[in-house]
Amino acid sequence: MSVFLAKRFLTFIATLMGATVLTFMALEILPGDPAAVILGIDAPESAVQALRDKLGLDRPILERYFAWLGDIVSLRFGVSFTYSTPVIELVQARLAITIPLAIMAMLLSAVVAFVLGVYAASRHNKAGDVTVMGISQLGISVPNFWLALLLILLFAVNLRWFSAGGFPGWDNGVWPAFKALLLPAVALATVQGAILARFTRSAVLETMREDYVRTARAKGLTRRATLWRHVLRNAMIPVITIMGLQFANLLAGTIIVEEVFALPGLGRLILQAISNRDVVVVRDVVLMLAAFVVFINFVVDILYAVIDPRLKPHDV
Amino acid sequence: MEGQPSFWRRCLGHRSFVAGGSLTGLLVLTAIVSLFWTPWDPIKQNLRDRFASPSWEHLLGTDQFGRDIFSIIMAGAQNSITVGVVSVSIGMAFGVALGLWASAKRGWVEELIMRASDFMYAFPAILLAIMLVATLGQGAINAIVAIGIFSIPVFARLTRGAANAIWAREFILAARAAGKGKLRITIEHVLPNIVSVLVVQATIQFALAILAEAALSFLGLGAQPPTPSWGRMLDETRSMIFINPWLAVYPGMAIAISVLGLNLLGDGLRDVIDPRLARKR
Amino acid sequence: MTLLSVDNLTVTLNTVRGPARAVRNLSFDLQKGETLGIVGESGCGKSLTALAIMGLLPENGWADGRVSLAGENLLDYSEDRMCQVRGDRIGMVFQEPMTSLNPLHTVGKQIAEAMILHRGMNRAESRAEVIRLLDLVGIPEPAKRVGSYPHQLSGGQRQRVMIAMALSCGPELLIADEPTTALDVTIQKQILDLIRNLIEDLGMAMILISHNLGVISQNVKDVIVMYGGTRVESGPTHDVFSDLSHPYSQGLFSAVPQIDDTKASRRRLTTIPGTVPELADLPAGCTFQERCTYVTDACRPTPPPVVQVADGHNVACLHIDEARTAWAAR
Repeated sequence: MSVFLAKRFLTFIATLMGATVLTFMALEILPGDPAAVILGIDAPESAVQALRDKLGLDRPILERYFAWLGDIVSLRFGVSFTYSTPVIELVQARLAITIPLAIMAMLLSAVVAFVLGVYAASRHNKAGDVTVMGISQLGISVPNFWLALLLILLFAVNLRWFSAGGFPGWDNGVWPAFKALLLPAVALATVQGAILARFTRSAVLETMREDYVRTARAKGLTRRATLWRHVLRNAMIPVITIMGLQFANLLAGTIIVEEVFALPGLGRLILQAISNRDVVVVRDVVLMLAAFVVFINFVVDILYAVIDPRLKPHDV
Repeated sequence: MEGQPSFWRRCLGHRSFVAGGSLTGLLVLTAIVSLFWTPWDPIKQNLRDRFASPSWEHLLGTDQFGRDIFSIIMAGAQNSITVGVVSVSIGMAFGVALGLWASAKRGWVEELIMRASDFMYAFPAILLAIMLVATLGQGAINAIVAIGIFSIPVFARLTRGAANAIWAREFILAARAAGKGKLRITIEHVLPNIVSVLVVQATIQFALAILAEAALSFLGLGAQPPTPSWGRMLDETRSMIFINPWLAVYPGMAIAISVLGLNLLGDGLRDVIDPRLARKR
Repeated sequence: MTLLSVDNLTVTLNTVRGPARAVRNLSFDLQKGETLGIVGESGCGKSLTALAIMGLLPENGWADGRVSLAGENLLDYSEDRMCQVRGDRIGMVFQEPMTSLNPLHTVGKQIAEAMILHRGMNRAESRAEVIRLLDLVGIPEPAKRVGSYPHQLSGGQRQRVMIAMALSCGPELLIADEPTTALDVTIQKQILDLIRNLIEDLGMAMILISHNLGVISQNVKDVIVMYGGTRVESGPTHDVFSDLSHPYSQGLFSAVPQIDDTKASRRRLTTIPGTVPELADLPAGCTFQERCTYVTDACRPTPPPVVQVADGHNVACLHIDEARTAWAAR
């Protein structure tokens, strides 16, 4: 078991390192001079050069990489050009939006997927199954930003149940804040839920074909009892794994959805930083996000081992 | 197999395949036709005729610049098809090659390639794509290349998995015993046997590419004006939904229908090619 | 007293090419406490017969005829009533011990499941019983093993657990479908001996299904030879095996190598020419006609009649005499 953990941990670290390299390199391709962009076209050369020195932009690439890496590891994130605020502060403010949004979307999609997936599997090849498959097929074909627009159209513009965007902040009451996140969460959850529903269905169907399900029936368990006690728990293992792996997609989706609903979350921060050429923000925040995703995958890996007794250490 | 209907008959008898094939065919047809003809010029503005309602002249009405929406939608198909074809080609060209190499060589080559693929899977790809395109510059080409790069690990993993299964089969052992080199075996035996799986994945990746490019265009990072792009249309019409909500509906529907068609086609192909897999669905 | 009476059992499957009869007009009786073997190649319908008795046919299959357990036709039972029969009055052991146990539940929990269900025991009560059962089937350190997971046990041990599970509610009938096929040869005998002894001690009836003639010959009192879903020969095991009268049974026997110092062991192994036809292609007459050396036109239109060649020993063939003559002369 400890060998297993150690291997997984090493993979985790290696992936993180790779993420840092990738993030760093992606921004090195930036054409032009960040210092000049920040100060503007009319800035005197001396000022630009001073800024370059301050930012250490002239040092060799490896030196800059390791310096940055050292900073990151000691959690000394940089200061944003655009806002002149430490990245940490910017991120903290935005997290209060992105994290609840992601959690809501994840929960919604999990519930929907579970219910639909199990239902479809139990009605295999009958009308119920076909319907669910059809709906989920639509769900995965629809771009989530379009769905977001449609939701706004229907619920905000026509019905006026929700606002069309923006976020009132948690200080003004939990319910208004929650309402502001609901439509975005639905937009996100629809696509995720559709993917998960199909996967849940096939996981359940596969599990139902296993020999131990036949054994359970031969013992006299009803179909329903078999489903609950033998099928679902076993089928959930791959499903949970997939959910974890889908997290990366979910985060990607939040970037776009935050844009559509004008939510000042992490996603929007990144987009704005990119268009402002705020290299520091982009680099640090992207790395944070990537690290988070990698971490989630690592946790899922470990969870897998916890749930499945075949991977636990035993004396045989 | 004796008594089994032929491949094409099975295809045509399969609902998903027929539905998906029709929709995809519609997409391709629209793209091709729009190269030569659209009811109106999708680019030319006609400010006197803005926000017109649907009519026989303008089937879907006009947009904020007086351009015929139907024509823009038609022309947008070109962008989508291009994105799909090019990015999938990039993905397959490199991904399949890497996968075949990994499978043939095994050992550290395989380990390395698979680790690298796993890594790219773990990383939120669209994040990187956004960054890449933002730094390299907006434009259809960069978007397509970025999307193509991210489909490489998908094909690499799939190819390697499928190829490994083929290598284990007996007729391969026979070929190797007869002295054939690995490269020849790969080309003559392994590749033909995995083509069907790759084709199915290609249709799925095509669909994903269209969605990804739409997202990038929506963020302003894809095809630039005046090239018609469904994703960018959605972005442009965002502020218009209070004036004319339908403007936001049509491009999204076009995307959804195209992607749906490709997904159905992929599903249908998969069922026809390997009915055993169908049982699992 | 007749425990199980199967009467004209026909199992039909919906295949890609239309409905096909996988078991046709099978009839046999099983007395209380007696053992019956069903032997035949893969695909001859032996497993489906067992599944039909249990009411566990796959979705694309259905059964006609009568399967009477102590007088009542199981085929008429609702699903809920069948659930009460399964595990309680009929226990079943399957072929693949490696995959027939749920990897996420302990062995003890799985054995107790039927008892909790049918006998209304609670967890504590069932635990003592589980330990007793584990001991009965020969698992060492049973108290420790209650909390083990299937993957911690060997194949032979898992099959013992399966047997314990099947016996847990004291059923009247045990159906064992190829219980040793997936096990090492050395373990096979142990498991078969175990089953045989338990059956005797507990006074249960048993249906043992196998494609292995050796397994059948040593463990059951009566035997049915099946081909293409039909019974071709049946009777007391010793009588049938010492006096094989159906061309297929003879062919089956000849294909088994004899390892001893007799004329038989020096003979060439024969094979039965041809292959088992697909279900949908089975002919209307005798199912063995395409591969039989004695086939004549009379064999083709209708199934051959059942002839009694000795007390209790029945054969379904038109050419019994030729077959028996040739067999005796070999």
